[in-house]
Amino acid sequence: MLRFIVQRVLLLPFLLILFSVIVFWLVQAPPGDFLTSYIANLASGGSSIGAEQVEGLKRQFGLDQPGYIQYLRWMESLANGDLGLSLEYQRPNTELIGERLVLTIALALFAFAITWLVAIPAGIYSATHQNSWLDYVLTVINYIGVATPNFMLALILMWFAFSNLGLSVTGLFSPEYIQAPWSMERVVDLLKHIWLPAIVLGIAGTARLTRVMRANLLDELNKPYVVSARAKGLSEWKLVWKYPVRLAINPLVSTIGWYLPQLFSGSLIVATVMNLPNIGPLLLRALTQQDMYLAGSILLIYCFLTIIGTLISDVLLALVDPRIRMEGV
Amino acid sequence: MTPLLSVQNLKTYFLMDEGVVKAVDGVTFDVHAGQVFGIVGESGCGKSVTMKAVLRIVEPPGKIVNGQILLNRAKQNGASDVIDLAQLDANSKAMRDIRGAEIALIPQEPMASFSPVHTVGDQIIEAIMLHQDVNKREARKIALQQFKDVGIPIPEQRLDEYSWQLSGGLRQRAIIAMALSCNPRLLIADEPTTAVDVTTQAQVLRLLRRLQEQRNAAIIFITHDLGVIAQMASYVMVMYLGLVMEQGSVDDIFHAPKHPYTQALLRSIPTINMTPRLNLPTISGSIPHPFNKPRGCPFHPRCEKSIAGKCDARVPALKPIGEKQLVSCFLYHDAEVSS
Repeated sequence: MLRFIVQRVLLLPFLLILFSVIVFWLVQAPPGDFLTSYIANLASGGSSIGAEQVEGLKRQFGLDQPGYIQYLRWMESLANGDLGLSLEYQRPNTELIGERLVLTIALALFAFAITWLVAIPAGIYSATHQNSWLDYVLTVINYIGVATPNFMLALILMWFAFSNLGLSVTGLFSPEYIQAPWSMERVVDLLKHIWLPAIVLGIAGTARLTRVMRANLLDELNKPYVVSARAKGLSEWKLVWKYPVRLAINPLVSTIGWYLPQLFSGSLIVATVMNLPNIGPLLLRALTQQDMYLAGSILLIYCFLTIIGTLISDVLLALVDPRIRMEGV
Repeated sequence: MTPLLSVQNLKTYFLMDEGVVKAVDGVTFDVHAGQVFGIVGESGCGKSVTMKAVLRIVEPPGKIVNGQILLNRAKQNGASDVIDLAQLDANSKAMRDIRGAEIALIPQEPMASFSPVHTVGDQIIEAIMLHQDVNKREARKIALQQFKDVGIPIPEQRLDEYSWQLSGGLRQRAIIAMALSCNPRLLIADEPTTAVDVTTQAQVLRLLRRLQEQRNAAIIFITHDLGVIAQMASYVMVMYLGLVMEQGSVDDIFHAPKHPYTQALLRSIPTINMTPRLNLPTISGSIPHPFNKPRGCPFHPRCEKSIAGKCDARVPALKPIGEKQLVSCFLYHDAEVSS
């Protein structure tokens, strides 16, 4: 077990270097660079910029250098523990990401909590009351939940809230708190706003998880160990929780690690639609503006968290399932 | 003498959208204390459902629709008290107190009958603590003793292992230890030896016999293996499509079978004296689909002695012929099941 973890951790730097090359190549891949889109923006705004100025900016940003030099410069700053400078904002990327990190994670944790707190009990109910009317109702809701794109749901809910309740539910704060420093009132204001985006973000996952939990549990409920536990005289409720639910959740535990990169990514489209101040819109803007160091840094952190998340998943699964833990002992 | 378990006209149906499967359709039998009672029949004849009905663990949509399951419970003062399990709610405290404590099950597949993520000991200790007023340490001691009784080597270590770490034979013994952990008066063994090899099978059967004699428990032994029945049981019930064809002492059934079905079953066992290279006699036809049971005696389409106009119209009742033998066949009597 320990050997396995050490192996994985040792592999991490190599994977990261590989990913950084791919990420850099990808964000570089679209034609043009930051300046082309910068100039285009200026032009659409009616102003223009002289050729000399362009050359100056190019040199300043290092865009006149060949690609591998640009990559190495990025790597150099990464090695110093800083993520480079954003071309657009002219501020360190660490700062830009950092200030959105708290809200990103808060929102993702809420969505995660809603998903698991709703999906696991719903899945258990559906499986233990298979073909009851509530099972059918849950099934229908689940299919709708899985089939509806969440940005669509976001738009519908926003429209509904605005036209019927007169509420503007975009963002995570009321206007007076957007720029305010953290305080108790600001947290309360956040809680008042966060539930809707959290539901929107969580609903597809909830529906999917409910279906998976239901299917897993239905498989387990027919296993002979359930019959033998029942024959012992165990009450049905205790029995279901102790044995089949435990076994049905096992494979799901291994998916928990995958939430780690999602916690960070801040689901791009929904966040943009709902105007949420998390990392999603930051990444989208960085990509469209070809702010390559910012986009590259976000994507690289995403890769890093994916690797760590997978490792956490594997460790968790080994912890809950002795069959995996004792393999190869 | 009042029997330990008396099942009267038990009917267990599966009410499904496609129709009703009459898995057990009027079964009557008595099991006495200390008796090994064998139930034989082909797959789908209702022997396992009968056993599940007695334990009240028939899964939905299965349902007991008729009959009594009378359990004779010994009381402290020597008197006895008869309770009808069919009247109890399947998940009630009263039924759960009986299940595992007074009637225990040795399930069919030892491989899958333990949860793979809980240790064997954990699951046995759980059973002990459910029915006996002991703490965890005492329960572990009891479990350890059970492991020794069923002949599991290094029992302390085995208790903390998972079922998939045990060999097939050990797993079977562990299952038996769990079933015996609360000293049940009735053990239901549902094909306990189908999943193990012949050597282990012989060991397990010997073990069951020894434990049964030591503890004077009754065993309902369900199998499709007539050889095992001949070796284990003192009394045998032959089932076909949810009905009892014949009942009798093991000698009567094997040496003087009355029902054509029993006779056909016995003919299909190979013997050492048979002429080599001769086809083994089989029962012609196959078991009808459960939704589509034949009218009259369920066996008549495959029966060589079927009486036209009688066997295909009416269902024969189970009636005594001879001292302890009962048979449901119009060749021997005219009594039919009143519908």
